[in-house]
Amino acid sequence: MSPGMATFMALDLPAMLAGTLAALACALLGNFLVLRRQSLMGDAISHAVLPGIVLGFLIAGSRATLPIFLGAGASALVTVLMISALRRVARVEAGAAMGVSFSIMFALGVLLIEQAAARHVDLDAECVLYGQLEYVNWYPPTDWGEFWTLATLRDVPRQVVVLLGAVGVVGLFIALFFKELRITTFDPAHASAIGINSGFMGVVLMTLVAGATVAAFEAVGSILVIAMLITPPATARLLTDRYVTQILLSAAIAVLIGVGGYLAGAFGPSLLGLEGVSLNIAGTMTVLAVLMLVLTIFLSPTHGVLARARRRGRLAVQIARDDILALLYRLEEVRPDHAMLEAKLSQAMGQTRQTRGALRELIALGLVQREGGTLALRHAGRAHARGIVRSHRLWETWLVEELGLRADHVHQTAERLEHLREGGRPIEPDVPDGGLDPHQRPIPDRHEQGH
Amino acid sequence: MSPIPAHTRSTPRDLSARPEHSPDSPLSIHALTVAYQRKPVLWDVEFEATASRLIAIVGPNGAGKSTLIKACLGLIAPAAGRVEFWGEPYRRVRTRVGYVPQRESVDWDFPVSALDVAAMGRYARIGWCRPVTRAHKRAALDALDRVGMADLSKRQISQLSGGQQQRVFLARALAQEADLYFMDEPFAGVDAATERAIIDVLRTLRSQGKTVICVHHDLQTVPEYFDEAMLLNMRVVATGAVEDVFTRENLVATYGGRLTLLDEASEALARAARGGA
Repeated sequence: MSPGMATFMALDLPAMLAGTLAALACALLGNFLVLRRQSLMGDAISHAVLPGIVLGFLIAGSRATLPIFLGAGASALVTVLMISALRRVARVEAGAAMGVSFSIMFALGVLLIEQAAARHVDLDAECVLYGQLEYVNWYPPTDWGEFWTLATLRDVPRQVVVLLGAVGVVGLFIALFFKELRITTFDPAHASAIGINSGFMGVVLMTLVAGATVAAFEAVGSILVIAMLITPPATARLLTDRYVTQILLSAAIAVLIGVGGYLAGAFGPSLLGLEGVSLNIAGTMTVLAVLMLVLTIFLSPTHGVLARARRRGRLAVQIARDDILALLYRLEEVRPDHAMLEAKLSQAMGQTRQTRGALRELIALGLVQREGGTLALRHAGRAHARGIVRSHRLWETWLVEELGLRADHVHQTAERLEHLREGGRPIEPDVPDGGLDPHQRPIPDRHEQGH
Repeated sequence: MSPIPAHTRSTPRDLSARPEHSPDSPLSIHALTVAYQRKPVLWDVEFEATASRLIAIVGPNGAGKSTLIKACLGLIAPAAGRVEFWGEPYRRVRTRVGYVPQRESVDWDFPVSALDVAAMGRYARIGWCRPVTRAHKRAALDALDRVGMADLSKRQISQLSGGQQQRVFLARALAQEADLYFMDEPFAGVDAATERAIIDVLRTLRSQGKTVICVHHDLQTVPEYFDEAMLLNMRVVATGAVEDVFTRENLVATYGGRLTLLDEASEALARAARGGA
């Protein structure tokens, strides 16, 4: 093993592993918080367990896992009781009861930490609140020959073992109760009716969230745990509409945050030439997580801001295309064999980017022909245009006959309705066909006559 | 002071004098009382459903219609009383009882497809911790086909219209292959095509000997769609065949003095009678 490799194995690998596993355990469970619209519950639990963690530590006098878990469990229980007591006795609204309870518990935790620090116990606010990945070290044998032994495994840092266990339990829970989690999250009443008790599933889920929070707090701190719970699932939610993909994607994002956040925190400053600057790893992980969420908000191919703007743009161009075709058709009706001046078109429709784009598309598609500054419908374009004008006039008839609107009030509405599509064709209201519209203009047949 | 409003106070009856419940009846409700925070919502409900009938539960807002269904399904613990299905408690016949909740009760942005939701009707059969097999997916697809939604089975549920979402809910209940169905306002806010699809499904279910109990908000369509009705306003005002139950007296007792509603209802009843004659 080279010296560089040995350093990496000793200092970087365990910390990176701990950060990644913490993000993974939280993100997997966070999916259900996000889908149940209970993200705040994650915040509440991660804050509420703090006094229990500190008390467990103070009583045991060490960072042994069991007392800390017991303390956290007790403190979560106290919080739950406090919330329900506030709601029942004081008739406080659920969100307010939750907010009050978890901030009290958190404050209590902070005070306890200070007392502990005053007594020179090895526990300080910084490591509890912000995590201390930097101190997760491992000193395996530097010789590969001695590497694969039980002794090496025994030396794996406790935090990594605990987090590995947490990821295992969470993974097993989701795999076993895959469909039960889906149905109780989607429709709790129906789930309970068919015998899948959604209240019970909720309690198990919240217990696991508390467990994952406690397991992860040493690595990323009790404040940033909330980012690990919510950000990866929220990012995944913007990228997919499938339940399985949602869960797998959130896991992949968590791994990316763990590895990327560590590399950025550990090597970022020196790469940027900022010697002597050290970054809190949990901090860089959270920044990376939020950065990914923000990028996804803009760039997601389905739910992203840009994709939605593009879809709106395409719709605007489609509407402009419809309007140009309909305009040319109406002109032909009045003055057959009379081509329209292109300049007239821009006058009628406005010199907008959509109009120019729409006209370019119509010409490229062979629906409209341009000759020496004049425009005319081609055969295929006329068929399209007939469909649009037909839909417009049928809608006008429908609005007058079915809704009883006045004839001079219906054009604007029909102008919107004519752009609605079903299976690529304009939607037609159910009114008698073949007559005149309310303005005494003929409603074109669906197919051209005389052919 | 008694917490019970005067009009619901009934003279204490001798319980032994009540009719014996037949084990053949798909649903018998016995002296059911439900209260939220000590305020009664349902009072002393007594009901016996006949097999292979379409039954409407009608009543004004806040009459306890949805509560009655939820209490039958064990979603709300009753303060008193007993509900039996074919003479057995609900937990022993879960797979035989289907439930279509109100459409607004769930988050339709949830990342699942129409087929996924329909397949949830099979979960009770599949059992805990077992995967949804291909056979179950086929059954779910058949159910979607029965409500005319097979083509949209892969569609994410938020991409469906309100009526289509309601049909997916109906398909989920059909996939369960139950013998008794509870539906909470299945016709609320749906388009004409969906209304026809639902009524077709209901009639098919009846012809297969199944019983459907619907909370229904539109008095006008009760005579056309349903065989029997329960008029409910905290207590049961009347139950029985629609033409027997829909009297002016009963409707006034159920709805109070809202006469426009009553006129509409009696008009609808007269129309149905002419249609039937």
